[in-house]
Amino acid sequence: MNPAQLYSQPAPYLIVAAFLLAIGIFGLIRRRTLIGMLISGELIFAAASLNFMALNHFTAPDKSVGQIAVLFIMGIAAAEVAIALSIIIAVYRNYRSIVSKELNQLKG
Amino acid sequence: MNTFPFSDWIVAAIFVLCIAVTVTGALIAAFTKRIIRSVSGLAVCCLGLAGLFYFLNSPFLALMEILIYIGAVCVTVVFGIMLTEPDEPAPENFKRPFPVISPLISLAIGGAVFVGIAWLSFKQAWTAPATVTNDGSIESIGKALLTTYSVPFELISLVLLVAILGALVIARSGRTKE
Repeated sequence: MNPAQLYSQPAPYLIVAAFLLAIGIFGLIRRRTLIGMLISGELIFAAASLNFMALNHFTAPDKSVGQIAVLFIMGIAAAEVAIALSIIIAVYRNYRSIVSKELNQLKG
Repeated sequence: MNTFPFSDWIVAAIFVLCIAVTVTGALIAAFTKRIIRSVSGLAVCCLGLAGLFYFLNSPFLALMEILIYIGAVCVTVVFGIMLTEPDEPAPENFKRPFPVISPLISLAIGGAVFVGIAWLSFKQAWTAPATVTNDGSIESIGKALLTTYSVPFELISLVLLVAILGALVIARSGRTKE
C-alpha cells in the first residue's frame, strides 16, 4: 500500500471517526457543565457524519445518499443545539448554575 | 500524468494535515478547562472535518460543514456561554468523590470504544461497489433532495421551525416567572 495513496483507503477516515466518537464519550463522562456535555455531543455527531461520508464514498453504489444523510444530520444537530441551549439558559435562570451536580431538584 | 512534481505527496501531506487538525480540535474540545476554548476546539475540529469531506469527493458537504457547524452551531454555543456561567467549578469547592479512579475509568471507556471500532474498521475488507449508479455530484444531490427525499427535506424544515419556536418559548418562560 502506497503511503501517498492513504486518502483513497477507507480505514483512516473510519479510525478518525472512531477517535471522535471515543473522545465525545469521554467528554460526555468527564464534563461537569451542561454546555461542555453539549459540545461533546456535537463531537459524536461529527463522528457519525464522517462515518456516513466515508462508507458512502467507498462502498455505496449511489454516492449521493450518504451526503443527503449527512445534510439531515447537520439539520438535526442545529435544531438540537438551539433547543438544548434554550433549556440550559432556562436552567441557569432558575438555579444560577449549570453544573450538572447541582441540578438535583425536581419540581413535582 | 502528474505534471507538478511530487503532487501526490503534497496531497498526502494535506490529507495528514486535515486529520491532524481534526484530532487536535477534538482533543482541545474535550480536555480544556475553560468552555470558550472548548468551543474553539470544536470549530477547529469541524474545519479539519470539512477538509476530510473534501477528500471524500464532496465539496458541497465541506462547505455546509463550515457554514452550519462553525457559522451556526459554534456561534450559538458562544452566545449560550455569554448568557450563562459555564466554566468548570474550582476544584477546592467541588470535590470529586473518587479523584483518582474516575478519570481512569472514563479514559478506559473511551479507549475501549476507540480501539474496538478502529480495530474492526481496520480489519474489515471494505469492498468497492460493483456498479456505480450515481456520481454524487451537487446536481444529483439536488435532484435527489427534490424527488426521492422531498418528504424528509420538507420535514426537516418543519423540525427547524418547531425547534426555533420551542427554543423561544423555553428560554422566555423563566423570565416571566421572576
